[in-house]
Amino acid sequence: MLKTKDLLGIKELSGEEINLILDTAAGFKDVLGRDIKKVPTLRGKTAVNLFFEPSTRTRTSFELAAKRLSTDVINFSVPTSSVVKGESLIDTALTVQALGADLIIIRHSSAGVPHFLSKNLRASIINAGDGTNEHPTQALLDAFTIKEKKGGIEGLTVAIVGDIAHSRVAKSNIYCLTKLGAKVRLIGPPTLIPKQIEEMPVAVFHSMEEGLKGVDILIMLRIQMERQGKGFFPSIEEYSKNWGITSERLAHAQRDVLVMHPGPMNRGIEITSEIADGPRSVILEQVTNGIAVRMAVMYLLAGVRRS
Amino acid sequence: MKILIKNGHIIDPSQGLDGMGDIFIENGKIKEINMKRKAHDAKRKELLKSSVRTIDAGGLFVMPGLIDMHVHLREPGFEYKETIKTGTGAAVHGGFTTVCCMPNTYPVHDNASVTEFIIRRAAEEGSCTVLPIGAITKGQKGEELAEMGTMVKEGCIAFSDDGSPVMNSLIMRRALEYSRTFEVPIISHCEDITLTDGGVVNEGLMSVTLGLKGIPAESEEIMIYRDIALAELTGARLHVAHVSTEGSVQLIRDAKNRGVRVTAETCPHYFSLTEDAVSGYDTNAKVNPPLRTDIDRQAIKEGLRDGTIDVIATDHAPHHADEKLREFDMAPSGISGLETALGLSLGLVHEGVLTLKELIEKMSLRPARILGLDDKGLKVGSVADIVIVDLNREWKVDPGEFVSKGRNTPFNGWILKGMAAVTISKGRIYEQ
Repeated sequence: MLKTKDLLGIKELSGEEINLILDTAAGFKDVLGRDIKKVPTLRGKTAVNLFFEPSTRTRTSFELAAKRLSTDVINFSVPTSSVVKGESLIDTALTVQALGADLIIIRHSSAGVPHFLSKNLRASIINAGDGTNEHPTQALLDAFTIKEKKGGIEGLTVAIVGDIAHSRVAKSNIYCLTKLGAKVRLIGPPTLIPKQIEEMPVAVFHSMEEGLKGVDILIMLRIQMERQGKGFFPSIEEYSKNWGITSERLAHAQRDVLVMHPGPMNRGIEITSEIADGPRSVILEQVTNGIAVRMAVMYLLAGVRRS
Repeated sequence: MKILIKNGHIIDPSQGLDGMGDIFIENGKIKEINMKRKAHDAKRKELLKSSVRTIDAGGLFVMPGLIDMHVHLREPGFEYKETIKTGTGAAVHGGFTTVCCMPNTYPVHDNASVTEFIIRRAAEEGSCTVLPIGAITKGQKGEELAEMGTMVKEGCIAFSDDGSPVMNSLIMRRALEYSRTFEVPIISHCEDITLTDGGVVNEGLMSVTLGLKGIPAESEEIMIYRDIALAELTGARLHVAHVSTEGSVQLIRDAKNRGVRVTAETCPHYFSLTEDAVSGYDTNAKVNPPLRTDIDRQAIKEGLRDGTIDVIATDHAPHHADEKLREFDMAPSGISGLETALGLSLGLVHEGVLTLKELIEKMSLRPARILGLDDKGLKVGSVADIVIVDLNREWKVDPGEFVSKGRNTPFNGWILKGMAAVTISKGRIYEQ
């Protein structure tokens, strides 16, 4: 059982709770492989996708996960909402709760919004990405994918490459993988890796060749085009030349390395098509596993009666 | 009205007072201070025959009213956050008898008509003395000097672009040079906003952990260094507002040792809290400059102890509850500080960082001297601005009991030791 009514971040979870979610997800993955991919587990519950940032992938994944659990699901996104009329976040959230939401899946550009809602609402809050803080279900689906492919996580070396400073995926992955016993490396230019992150149990590399040596798992992050011209790196081309993953570079990793990417990818920039579509890539499996993991989270928050 | 404060321990380092005695107030002014037991027995009898309001200060300390060099009264323009009436009410509730209000109102206090408005309003509705601080530049835009001379004539006692630092070094140089005409201090909010770049908390492991954008200590220190250099160049009087980092304390210490005309203030939250207070995204702990690390907190205390930091000011920044009940990075910065400042600062006395005399200097005498207020202190003929302090009374901070409209405090529920039992401002009595 999870200790709280919400999934705010991996930071707040114990290793046991993470494993409970991953084990529960394994059961739901079986469901997804069936001809009829739906269970009545959460019939009568209502989930609301409350997205203040554009997202298709994550929102669709949550929506599908809810539907597979027979939950009524509503999408509430900024352009169609009353936010544009000047409504405050708390009023919007209280309105959604008053509509009968049991689960509120929130994405917002400000870090801490899920925590803020958690304190002020009875509904269960699921963090679907808050600013540069966390994206816990992404880390959970990454861990699920690694566990499925490698049999376990403890002792593996995982490299996360790219814009660590602005990546909630990287942060959640650091917490998740270290709690499960993996060794985590961060690779990227110093402008995109905050100095203080070295106080976490991670090893920082600025050279791809060095950082990739012997890694079992490689997580490539999407590089945001908006970072160009802000002094983080001189140009996308130069970034790509130094920190993009190519076949030559991948040769430094273990032969059975898994290449992951949370999507959407910039082909030819942080990752070549040869690798994205190659035998080491598990990128599309991540997407499939995302549904199972999100089903598990919703089930554990809304389907289990807590004392 | 006649008031007799009897049996108190009178303490005012500026007048060399430290002992039991009586203070007699008539028509809002201090008529007599009697430290000699025998004489005052006779005098007392005589006084008690007439109609005199007697305050028994037995077991309490009677000291000069506190002076807060740095408050935001929000009027004109933001009366939903605070007004001159509620802000000065909060001041006397907290033991202050004089407050200096920052110019980031709407309209900005950058011209004499606003000065005149604030002073008139304070006279009509204020519980304590209000001394306005005008803007350094028009609209606090950092581009053109505001009419300092005209504002000084109307009653401004210092200038500051608090909240929006003067980024242009040439403008800051001119402001410092020009201020010498009137011998008024320039109070600098030291922050390199290009380096802050939208940050909302201290840069460090905490900012990384919370996913919030950090403000490096260097954002403050680089500007303190610039302003010290400009003060040295111009010979003007620089007062550094809300010092929050170890590096800043060191820069000011070095400058003072070189003989630069620089003074500095810190606020109770910088010696009472660390960045840990923002974990959980508590917007009531969002303040600018941000709460820093424990190393910084200890350095601030050392700076207070060794005299590098002259003044404790509140940076009283009241906000409406709705403004703080929102996304952390969109919530406004600031703490409603007037009603917790004395309790928190007395903590330094209980801890042994400062003596009570030193605390009175930081919260009353030094501000008076920096601002050129000659009539302050417990002396015969002065306005009766007095605070009677119970050093040992323990109380629980409850923002619901604030007189200020701003209930935004990270100290909710704290047990503090020591408070203002009675404040006498301009001869009027405010009791707890």
